[in-house]
Amino acid sequence: MAEESPVLVSLVEEFVSGLQDSKAKDTAAGLKNGEFTVLQLVEALGPSLTSTQPQTRARGVKLLSEVLQECYEDLTQKEVEVLLSFYENRLKDHYVTTPPVLQGLRTLTHCPTLPPGATVSILKSLFQDVHVQSLLLADRACVYKMLINVMDTREAELKGLGADFVFGFVQSMDGERDPRNLLLAFQIAKRIIHRGYSLGKFAEELFEVTSCYFPIDFTPPPNDPHGITREELIQELREVLTGTPKFAEFLLPLIIEKLDSDVQSAKLDSLQTLAACVAWYEHKDLAGFLEGLWASLRREVFQTSSERIESAGLAALTAITSCLSRSVLSSDSEDALSIFLEMVLNDCKHHLCEPDLKLVWPTAKLLQAACSASNRASHIIVAAVMPSLIEQYNSKNQCSHRRTLLEVMQRFVQSVKSSESSENEELVLSAVCPSLCSVTFAALSETNGSLQVTAMSVLISLARQAGLLSNSQIELAVDHLARLVLSDEDDTISLAVISCAGGLAELHPTVFITNMIPRIKKVIFSESIQQDGDSAQHTQPAVRQRCLSVLAAVSIKPSVAQESTPVLLEVLGAAHSGELGFSSEEAVLACSSLKTIAERVEDTEDSGRCFHDVIVPRLLSLALQAALKGEISSAHHSPLTQEAVLSTMVGVISTACSRLQPTLAGQTAVRFVSLFLDGDVSFLPGNSFPSQIKLLANHGDSWRQSQMVCLLMGCVCSLPRTAAVPQMERLLSELEEMSCTCSHVMSYTSAAKCFAGLLNKIPAGDFLDSRLQKTMTRILSELNSADSSVRMQAFTLMIWVAKALLLRYHPTCAALTDKLFSLLDDADLGPVAADGFSLLMSDSADVLSRACHADVRIMYRQRFFSENSAKLVQGFNAAPQEKKPNYLKALSNIVNKLPKQVQVTELPALLSLLLEALTYPDQGVQLSTLSCLEPVIADPPPALIQQLEALVVRLLPLTSAPNMNVKIASLRCIHALSRFPEHEVLPFRARVLRALARPLDDKKRLVRREAVQARGEWFLLGSPGGR
Amino acid sequence: MSGGTQLENANPVIFERSGERLQTAADEDEDVHDPIDDREIFDLIRSINDPEHPLSLEELNVVEQVRVKVNDAESNVGVEFTPTIPHCSMATLIGLSIKVKLLRSLPDRFKIDVHITPGTHASEDAVNKQLADKERVAAALENSSLLEVVNQCLSTRSV
Repeated sequence: MAEESPVLVSLVEEFVSGLQDSKAKDTAAGLKNGEFTVLQLVEALGPSLTSTQPQTRARGVKLLSEVLQECYEDLTQKEVEVLLSFYENRLKDHYVTTPPVLQGLRTLTHCPTLPPGATVSILKSLFQDVHVQSLLLADRACVYKMLINVMDTREAELKGLGADFVFGFVQSMDGERDPRNLLLAFQIAKRIIHRGYSLGKFAEELFEVTSCYFPIDFTPPPNDPHGITREELIQELREVLTGTPKFAEFLLPLIIEKLDSDVQSAKLDSLQTLAACVAWYEHKDLAGFLEGLWASLRREVFQTSSERIESAGLAALTAITSCLSRSVLSSDSEDALSIFLEMVLNDCKHHLCEPDLKLVWPTAKLLQAACSASNRASHIIVAAVMPSLIEQYNSKNQCSHRRTLLEVMQRFVQSVKSSESSENEELVLSAVCPSLCSVTFAALSETNGSLQVTAMSVLISLARQAGLLSNSQIELAVDHLARLVLSDEDDTISLAVISCAGGLAELHPTVFITNMIPRIKKVIFSESIQQDGDSAQHTQPAVRQRCLSVLAAVSIKPSVAQESTPVLLEVLGAAHSGELGFSSEEAVLACSSLKTIAERVEDTEDSGRCFHDVIVPRLLSLALQAALKGEISSAHHSPLTQEAVLSTMVGVISTACSRLQPTLAGQTAVRFVSLFLDGDVSFLPGNSFPSQIKLLANHGDSWRQSQMVCLLMGCVCSLPRTAAVPQMERLLSELEEMSCTCSHVMSYTSAAKCFAGLLNKIPAGDFLDSRLQKTMTRILSELNSADSSVRMQAFTLMIWVAKALLLRYHPTCAALTDKLFSLLDDADLGPVAADGFSLLMSDSADVLSRACHADVRIMYRQRFFSENSAKLVQGFNAAPQEKKPNYLKALSNIVNKLPKQVQVTELPALLSLLLEALTYPDQGVQLSTLSCLEPVIADPPPALIQQLEALVVRLLPLTSAPNMNVKIASLRCIHALSRFPEHEVLPFRARVLRALARPLDDKKRLVRREAVQARGEWFLLGSPGGR
Repeated sequence: MSGGTQLENANPVIFERSGERLQTAADEDEDVHDPIDDREIFDLIRSINDPEHPLSLEELNVVEQVRVKVNDAESNVGVEFTPTIPHCSMATLIGLSIKVKLLRSLPDRFKIDVHITPGTHASEDAVNKQLADKERVAAALENSSLLEVVNQCLSTRSV
């Protein structure tokens, strides 16, 4: 026998009698260092373990278990065996020793040297000697964790235990109440089910012991430290219950019973569990319960008022139907699917014959849910339902009935599930397709608008069923659409036609190339001859506009775009030359159609080339001709010199250029720069240009040429950053010169934007810094001389440059924003400077956006705000009274554009300023402040709640302000206030209700409407059934 | 609505909802006075929820614009409503909801009269009398369970 170490004895003594828990660590350390062995430890523990006091024995075991936890990896197999038999024996001891014993056993199951067969014996003694549910929470958890561990490591041995293991587990968890332990227990049950442990005759017991928690009703305590959610428990339990078909005979009756519950969440959980379980079941598991399940599902869908329950019910029906569809047909048994569907159809098909009653839609949804489950189900349902729907459509005369029927049919077409496998199998809808098409085409020829709109959605759904519609049917459909485009004036219909044509053209481009586009072209260019009759004059522009929109909508495939874009260019050409009476609105529309095409056409080599070779040069050439012609003749002014047309043209060029492939992009850049800098017109079609064109030089009053700089901007500012812009230095100088000297607003603004767009993309370095230095000096000198004639120009350039730099986090930006802040006190530029903040913070449409490949850092708005909000507040406090509105306007411009989360966090600092802004009589300040506050009130931060009194006091008088928009905005804010935490706003209820009585009698209806809504919500506040 | 119970009228006829009132240029003109008209009153009550179905009174055709009469100058409003079936036990409740909605939404000066469309309900007179009696309406609203149902009819649906 080894000699006893005095150190060890004292350690044991201090732990067991001295109750010093830290000594366990010291003992473990000694053991690891080899100062003594496990055997010596056990011997030293001898007196404690054989003590007559159960507490002392428990302490002894606890020391051993804690030491083992530190060093179980080093134990030999022999030692493990001895320790195991010791521990198993200890399970029979007094109950106070059980927790440390369990802890020790759990540690031993982690031993790599655990001998085979040991697990079985541990579990046998555990199940025999320990009543788990009378242990404390943590000890129960210890048992569950041990079970999980051995299941993961010794699966084969456990399976040897057979059903006894399941029985033991069932006994252990029976009555568990703590959600933390339940999660563990559910994990064990899940392993039992999913890893093929033998349930033996205990399937029902295992089901009972877990299903008693269904449906889960658990609300985590506030500030829950364990982070267990209801959803987590629901999910774990669901995986247990739905894991095996062996539970089917118990689970399905339970679900049917729970569906009768009044608790909405129980219903929802039951329906979702149903949908999950049938995924694993076969027909024989379901057979006995189909009728009951169907009755419950039907009742839920027919009667519920909750959309979530309805959709869960429909999903469950789909799942059941697809389960039945999977079952293999045998010759002697009946077809389970058709029997089930027959029951479903018998029960509710007749509701489809009453299109004006409430149940028609729930019925349709049920049948569509079944229909979408499988190809076979689709066949059965469509065959049973569609012919009678079509027949009814033909026999009813009322439009509303017909529309409902048509909508129902459309949903059925949508829900049909096509078979994935065979191609030569008959399509589900092919039998009813001819009659369905004739119904649809008949509806398209009706005079009722909503019927036509519905018919078009049927058409799209039919076209999406691959291979269903024949070519002649598509031709006919396109004929109808073309007729509607050319004849109908209703807005909703033309929107529907446009989207329907777009959808069809994507699927069947050829028909549109051969049929639709030539017809539209003919109409656009021919009918203007008959302009004598009054009616013709009225319809003409509307028809043309629809034609132009349709051209844009159908051009998704490049092949269609190649046919439609020449038509649009021809329209622009005619508008330029003044033929056929095209108005400038039509020119704008043609441009925006081109822009839509540039955005939507599928990105291919062909489409890029088409824009690069044909469309962009043609647009430039037309614009240039218009500009030159405008200088000479005074007779006809081409609409292409108008700002509206030019700016949509910028959109076309910018979108096209941003999508160009690298080589084409480079070429385009060279062409544009050489045209604008050197007057090189060689790439433009129509070679009648004078040789000396100088577009960027200052022309004095020839604004038609100078404003063309916006087209340059559209191109060079949108190119991918890989494309190099040639002659950058010279280009920037000329742009700066133009933006600082030109007197035409659009010209100098565009030049400034172009300058900023280029600046944003120049890589950081000396070139950029020196360039910036020059520009800054120039801007500041112009701005600082109060009598300069071009201060506005310099200001515009400054604000755009500041934006370009702000986006890319360039340090120079700070100097410019400081200048902007100081301009808020400026007599002339103050209000403009306040508006400038809105420009800085908002996205610009045509330049400096991500779509233009600009260098835009994330969260630049937040950064700007956090760097500058203090300056703004300071400036406000220091400013003279008459300048304060500028600061308030600047503030609301900034806060308005901030993302919601930032507004909420930053608001406390600014709240007093915003509240003060509400008291300023300036309407603009009031309006923009209210629009800042409204979203914040909808999701109030604590700071706002503290200021509630001040807020209410300032808002209520505004409801009787002279301006109706202020009244409306303040009423909306008061409406949103009603959603604050009830105990906070309830004290204000009487006061608000009294104040809102006055706007109820306002002379403006829009004000009254807001007042009614706000007052209604405040009435519900704190009233039973209200909130 | 509990799972087991059956509704009085489980499959009612559904009517189409009318669209939003079209806004005119005059609506946005500060200087034009917009009088309170039939449509405005109808817009107030058409979205009231039915106590039984997840549907509005308009969809069940319980209220119609032609049965709403208002005189802004003389400050009186008359609304007739039509229960879906002659024995509808909810008729009083529906009438009360309409009345409460109008009381909350109209200026004090209006005299509000809500009654059943003649000949459409078995106990028409009794219901009309209840609705016309100011004190009984006030007493009904003191009853918290009744107020709860009325408030539910008047709350904007969240699901």
